Amino acid sequence: MIEFHLNTRSGVSPYLQIVHQVRQALRLGLLREGDQLPTVKEVVARLAINPNTVLKAYRELEHEDLVGARPGIGTFVTKALSDAPLAEFRPLRHDLQRWLVKARRAGLDDESIEALFLDTFRSSAEAGVA
Amino acid sequence: MTPAVETTGLGKRYGRHWALSDCTLAIPTGRVVGLVGPNGAGKTTLLSLAVGLLSPTSGSITVLGAEPAATGRQMERVGFVAQDTQLYSTLSVADHLRFGAHMNPGWDNDLAQRRLEQLDLDIGQRAGSLSGGQRAQVALTLAIAKRPELLILDEPVASLDPLARREFLQVLMEIVAESEVGVVLSSHLVADLERVCDYLIVLVSSRVQVDGEIEKLLASHRHLIGPRRDPSSLPKNQQVIEASETDRQSTFLVRTEDPILDPAWTVEEVGLEDLVLAYMRRAPLAKRVRLASPDVEP
Amino acid sequence: MMWLTWRQYRTPILVALGALATLAVILLLTGPDLAHLYSTTVATCKTHNDCSTAKSAFLLNDADLQTALEVLVVVAPGILGVFWGAPLIARELETGTYRLAWTQSVTRTRWLSVKLGVIGLSSMAVAGLLSLMVTWWSIPFDTVNLNIFGTFDERDIVPIGYAAFAFALGVLTGLLLRRTVPAMAVTSVAFTATRLAFSAWLRPLLIAPVHRTLALTAIQGWSAGTEVNPVGPSYYNTLIPGPPGISNAWIYSTEIVDKAGHVLTSKFVANACPLLHAGVSGGPPSGTGRTVHAPAAPTALPDCIAKVGRTFREVVTYQPASRYWAFQWYELAMFTFLALLLAGICVWWVRDRMA
Repeated sequence: MIEFHLNTRSGVSPYLQIVHQVRQALRLGLLREGDQLPTVKEVVARLAINPNTVLKAYRELEHEDLVGARPGIGTFVTKALSDAPLAEFRPLRHDLQRWLVKARRAGLDDESIEALFLDTFRSSAEAGVA
Repeated sequence: MTPAVETTGLGKRYGRHWALSDCTLAIPTGRVVGLVGPNGAGKTTLLSLAVGLLSPTSGSITVLGAEPAATGRQMERVGFVAQDTQLYSTLSVADHLRFGAHMNPGWDNDLAQRRLEQLDLDIGQRAGSLSGGQRAQVALTLAIAKRPELLILDEPVASLDPLARREFLQVLMEIVAESEVGVVLSSHLVADLERVCDYLIVLVSSRVQVDGEIEKLLASHRHLIGPRRDPSSLPKNQQVIEASETDRQSTFLVRTEDPILDPAWTVEEVGLEDLVLAYMRRAPLAKRVRLASPDVEP
Repeated sequence: MMWLTWRQYRTPILVALGALATLAVILLLTGPDLAHLYSTTVATCKTHNDCSTAKSAFLLNDADLQTALEVLVVVAPGILGVFWGAPLIARELETGTYRLAWTQSVTRTRWLSVKLGVIGLSSMAVAGLLSLMVTWWSIPFDTVNLNIFGTFDERDIVPIGYAAFAFALGVLTGLLLRRTVPAMAVTSVAFTATRLAFSAWLRPLLIAPVHRTLALTAIQGWSAGTEVNPVGPSYYNTLIPGPPGISNAWIYSTEIVDKAGHVLTSKFVANACPLLHAGVSGGPPSGTGRTVHAPAAPTALPDCIAKVGRTFREVVTYQPASRYWAFQWYELAMFTFLALLLAGICVWWVRDRMA
């Protein structure tokens, strides 16, 4: 059984942290197919967070087909994450490397590259502000 | 769906001072609602009105569709923990359970016993000799064992040390997960509320400044940082909550339902604490903002 | 609600019952002896022709206990009001526990009504039992004293009314002042003031008194006296009637009046009884006091009485013994009504005006 922890200073919303921690546990093999996730009650009793937060996280994981809920019993892992998902995205990695070369030639230092990337990343996420 | 708490123009006056004025709210059921504001803002007044310990000077309030404390039946549905968790200091914890059993038809004694066992309390102990954290836990047990639909907690953790505070919130969340009871709790600590609440009401200077689901509030408020501009030059759909400026730069906290398209801005999300503080800093006479209509003039 | 009331008042009620039990033991140990003593000395005193000495001697028995009981019965209702009534709401308001008590599943009205009813009736029962025991024990003394109206406040049923009133007064005071100790103080004062006012001003007016005209005879005691005129110091001779000797009556006043209703004047006495001189005591008296002196000659007084008695009669204004119980019931009813009124105000206040 895994245990969740909450980083209140990370700026990442609690439910996403739970989702990430489940994914990470799957990647590392700490969670295997058929394992039960902690019940909502157990999680909130430890973390003192709103039960809806946990429910939302579990629903998200269910949406990604990683877990499945069995009513009255609990939430169980349905699929393990393979160890090399990143390998499937080689074309994207290649594109990224080329862009980085261009950025360096334009004279940007590391921090500027990071700032440019994050700014573009965020504002494209903003395009879906509720 | 009947709101958990519904108020219309609710006000309470003591002598010449209005502790609460013009409060219009519809708090949904099944949520954990945080009521935040500085001391003296009217939080205790509002919650006391909700449990019938006070009666309104103006306006009206209904809780679970009925007048607070008008009938025993209505009172069975609401559990309350007062600030400083008053217990009878000469009565033992066990006596408090008997008290609860005799005063509440819906009393679940097994639930009460289980909760107290988890707390590792000697139930023969007099309530006066318990620590603050233990008293708060006993008071919470009393409130929940009557199996209410709504729990109202007035600053339950204000005078507790960090560990006792955390333990109280853990127990509270466990109760919410278990029984789907609605909760309204007041605090002046935003960090606590951020963990446990999904709905927020900001009360400053006896008026409601803003209220709504926390997710929606966070999604609809943004910091805009950019070259200096007059606040009134912003588009109508962006309501300025707070503005500050230097000679070159302006920073606005705005509220909007729509995406921010102006490329001149650096747009950042706002943390809940900053959001609350911004509303707390607003002029005391600022009109209340309703979630549904951001076009209202500030 | 019954459990809560009992649990919160468990100790005070048990203390009161313990005190009553202790008192009962004391009275049971001494009572029968007194009754026996009475039947052997006082009841038979006519045959021994020593009634006045027998009676005086009897009255000295258990004098300390008599006094103690007198004090106890007079004070008990007030004590119940102060200690049972004043804290009832005040303590909850003071300590903040009302926030717990009034947010269970019992309305404030029911909470208060049950407490008022249970504790109010308990205090009435305690006062009633106390009065019953003391009345029973005092029967021999009361039979000798023949002054039931003199012990009116400490006998029979009125203490029940006093207790009810004191209790309700205590609860209301506590409710209004919101602090236990000040409420206790104010209740004591208000209760005492009300009782005194009622006894002095209201009780005499409840039933119109009876007037009885008696001939002036030598059987009743007479004294010649000196009366100081309120306008200025002057000295007159006059006749002062002694107690008219109507057993167990409540004497309002005795006057010597003629058929037309004129009061006996000292001038008339001076004219009718020239031999009746009154010496002036050393130094001028102050105020309107009456000083009593021995008449000048031993037969001067009876002669004077006979002479005055041809034109004057003694008119006694009083309540006869037969009305004692009427007064008891009236006073019980009025104090109980007052108690119910105050209790009603408490319930209304808590329901409609609280905060």
